[in-house]
Amino acid sequence: MSTAAHDPVHADAPQFYCTEEPHPENGTLLGFWIYLMSDCFIFASLFACYAVLGTRYAAGPSPREVFDLPMLAVNTALLLLSSVTFGFAMLEMAKNRRGPTLAWLAVAGALAAGFVALEIREFAHLIAAGAGPDRSAFLSSFFTLVGTHGLHVTVGIVWLATLMAQIARNGLDETNRRRLNCLSLFWHFLDLIWVGVFSFVYLVGVLR
Amino acid sequence: MSAPGDEIDAHVGDPRVAHGHHGDGQPSHASLKGYLTGFALAAILTVIPFWLVMGHVIGDATVASAVILGLAAVQIVVHVVFFLHMDTTSEHGWNMLALIFTAVLVTIVLGASIWVMYTENANMMPVAAQSLHHAMGR
Amino acid sequence: MTPHRSALLHFLLGRLTASAIPYDNPIILWTFVVVATLGAAVLAAITRYRLWGYLWREWFTSIDHKRIGVMYLVLAIVMLLRGFADAIMMRVQQAIAFGANLGYLPPHHYDQIFTAHGSIMIFFVAMPLIVGLMNYVMPMQIGARDVAFPFLNNFSFWMTVAGAVLFMLSLFIGDFARTGWLGYPPISELRQSPGVGVDYYIWGLQIAGVGTLLSGINMVVTILKMRAPGMTLMRMPIFTWTALCSNALIVAAFPILTAALALLAMDRYVGTHFFTSSLGGNVMMYINLIWIWGHPEVYILILPMFGVYSEVVATFSGKRLFGYSSMVYATVAIMILSYLVWLHHFFTMGSGADVNSFFALTTMIISIPTGVKIFNWLFTMYRGRIRYEVPMLWTIGFLFTFTIGGMTGVMLSVAPADFMLHNSLFLVAHFHNVIIGGVVFGAFAAINYWFPKAFGFRLDPFWGKVSFWCWLVGYWVAFTPLYVLGLMGVTRRLSHFTDPRLQIWFEIAAAGSVLIFLGILAFLAQVYVSIRHRDALRDATGDPWDGRTLEWSTSSPPPAYNFAFTPLVHDRDAWTDMKRRGFVRPAGGFKPIHLPNNTSAGVILGALSLGCGFALVWHIGWLAATTFAGIVGVVIANSFDRHRDHHLPAEEVDRVEREYRDRLAARGSAR
Repeated sequence: MSTAAHDPVHADAPQFYCTEEPHPENGTLLGFWIYLMSDCFIFASLFACYAVLGTRYAAGPSPREVFDLPMLAVNTALLLLSSVTFGFAMLEMAKNRRGPTLAWLAVAGALAAGFVALEIREFAHLIAAGAGPDRSAFLSSFFTLVGTHGLHVTVGIVWLATLMAQIARNGLDETNRRRLNCLSLFWHFLDLIWVGVFSFVYLVGVLR
Repeated sequence: MSAPGDEIDAHVGDPRVAHGHHGDGQPSHASLKGYLTGFALAAILTVIPFWLVMGHVIGDATVASAVILGLAAVQIVVHVVFFLHMDTTSEHGWNMLALIFTAVLVTIVLGASIWVMYTENANMMPVAAQSLHHAMGR
Repeated sequence: MTPHRSALLHFLLGRLTASAIPYDNPIILWTFVVVATLGAAVLAAITRYRLWGYLWREWFTSIDHKRIGVMYLVLAIVMLLRGFADAIMMRVQQAIAFGANLGYLPPHHYDQIFTAHGSIMIFFVAMPLIVGLMNYVMPMQIGARDVAFPFLNNFSFWMTVAGAVLFMLSLFIGDFARTGWLGYPPISELRQSPGVGVDYYIWGLQIAGVGTLLSGINMVVTILKMRAPGMTLMRMPIFTWTALCSNALIVAAFPILTAALALLAMDRYVGTHFFTSSLGGNVMMYINLIWIWGHPEVYILILPMFGVYSEVVATFSGKRLFGYSSMVYATVAIMILSYLVWLHHFFTMGSGADVNSFFALTTMIISIPTGVKIFNWLFTMYRGRIRYEVPMLWTIGFLFTFTIGGMTGVMLSVAPADFMLHNSLFLVAHFHNVIIGGVVFGAFAAINYWFPKAFGFRLDPFWGKVSFWCWLVGYWVAFTPLYVLGLMGVTRRLSHFTDPRLQIWFEIAAAGSVLIFLGILAFLAQVYVSIRHRDALRDATGDPWDGRTLEWSTSSPPPAYNFAFTPLVHDRDAWTDMKRRGFVRPAGGFKPIHLPNNTSAGVILGALSLGCGFALVWHIGWLAATTFAGIVGVVIANSFDRHRDHHLPAEEVDRVEREYRDRLAARGSAR
């Protein structure tokens, strides 16, 4: 870079261009982070709806009648374990070990799949019991908020599978590392949203 | 606002910025210890609210709710620090700035929405429709 | 819809039937005939001149931010014609529909027209205008070769097109929403609007919204990461600053629109009760959410135009912008404050005095940074050597018009006054005053200002002035009567009136809309005449206005790579600084330039999204499922493609740069 030779402010004949090819920093990670920030606003809207509509039972069931706390505890544990095992995969990636990275990713993916399966089971159970999303505004906002989170986890699993195939094919090259870093942000972000969900939707809901 | 920009300015002529793919690499603060610490804290901060609710520890629902939401806020910070590795140095601080911007606006969206809708209900539903639904739900 | 349709037909077509084609409506039929004839003529001409390959290779699949910017602007102007057709139909209806005369538009048709007018003008005219301008100008202003994510940029554009096409399809297949441009429930709920209109509205906006959000992220990252060395935040051109703030607002606000529309779609498709009037739903929550997006949206549109005016005023006054720092701080302040005022759109809906006072105060406060900007522009002009070129005329027209529009806004921010003026024609006049006077005038200033950069020749000034005067006078003739009518208590969205004393005001307004129509025609004439006389209007220097920022340091039109060498910035108004201190254009030492490849994935994804949206509107399950699977498949397959870029050889760069230097030398200039 030519600037190293010239102090841009004090030189007598200022240099107005870089004679070497610039290498602008890759913006993918920052861009993905900003996407996650925008996702926060989707969840904020859904949380706001739950805050406003979550007490409108319309003579239907209340949270105490529909929420299954032991199952919720299992679900929360699955997601938290998935988060930390994904972290282990990232540590293996830093050591450039493809096999263990893939293995930990598979564990993280399986735990997340278990989370989604349990959530589908919960939804199916509620709908069968006549407490579906069309029963009351409370249930509408509950299903939509929790379902949107579950949909994100599902997208994450599909992404994870795609990325595992790419790592198996091309190894831990620069592109795959960058993508894994993005997915890692997504994965932990979803766990963070879930903290809000189990606290505000389930636990506080049951207290009402 | 000016801090991140000054930092970029300081990097003009810095060969690391010119040649390195600074933004691609591994977030620098990930370590096994970090993940395990985060996991332990998150587990504790999850178990406490579940215990509070399932064991009926606090009688007053309002107090219990406040405690649970407070613990959730703490846990979110734990996740941000230990899992998302957020600090003020990565990406020249831009992701931290984006996070603060988002946090402020999300607080406005949530807080003001609840305030607006609550007062609207209070003014426009004189029979206290909310508590009526409440009673019927039980 | 028809109970006796065969199960197979129902499976294949969902609720789409032959009766969905409104051939019994003469207005739509003739519109269709005209659009089809024009469309066929354009397609035939493209085929006749063998342009398909050129358009596909050089434009549709292009990832060059400049090409994409131009395509956004073309989309905006095409949609402006559609949106304006709706406007003039409304003005004519209101001018004649008095007493026994019911006018020519039945209410159900009139309602679709005002809905389409509002939503098209905001989402498919104003948004593409600002996104196109930011796309074209911003990367060059910061000395970058392209945006941070060029492929995403192409994809964003085609998603916007897909949304626009879905809106246009509703004209000829089925009908459009009758709800007003924001689709308030309960009238937008399934029970009150069982047809496809609201569904067209929802899916058109959702598809375009994906494009807008991704484009916003793209540009924020571009500005944060890709500025030329030396360009600190406080050296960025004001247009880039306003683009940054506007895109930050896009990222923060559009997800809320997405969420609100998704919840409305849930109500309509799944039977939830978010905004219904039964089982606990709350219509006010929709209005709350949509305006949390809606008010920042106003500033998303106006902030980049403030940037345009700043560039134009500084250039044509031949001076540095007065109060650069205060302009930056005012922009940032507006960005934050725009998130604290949304309730002023529903003062009348019963939140009570404390809530209303809070939001009335924040609304009044936000006019302060805006006022700061007005004074900055005036002081920049003060003692400047002003050149009254067309962009400057639009800017002066803006200063005059927008200031009055802003002041009527402050009137509306007084909550008790708003109780009188809410949903009246006064409000309609106010927001047209700021959007036409701010956004549209800004767009025309920008198009006149940067057109020579994009195409290498200036726009004809005579027709530009005709267009300007028609718009300016037309605006005031069309909307002053609406202020008057609003103060008399006339509400918006009425297709018939009984009081004959009102008629004269509507007739004046209709005359104003004819003047605006002449302004649009004059603009089209300006483009046509300029193309015809392009050799006389040619700009060989790349810097026809004695510009101040880096985009003027390139040739017109700029090469695909923008800058052969990345500029080094030492000062605000970098190009003025370079000219002043004797910048000499490099003559050798060029290196191969790394450029991304063109891609067809954006067009394909846009087309699939359009198919998916259409299928969702008409409840065609198999089509929705296959197109959705197609979208997922294309995205995944595309992520396996690793050959995304190429190098432009140094000899080619050398040849392009030499040609430019020769052109400059022929004019006796070394720069």
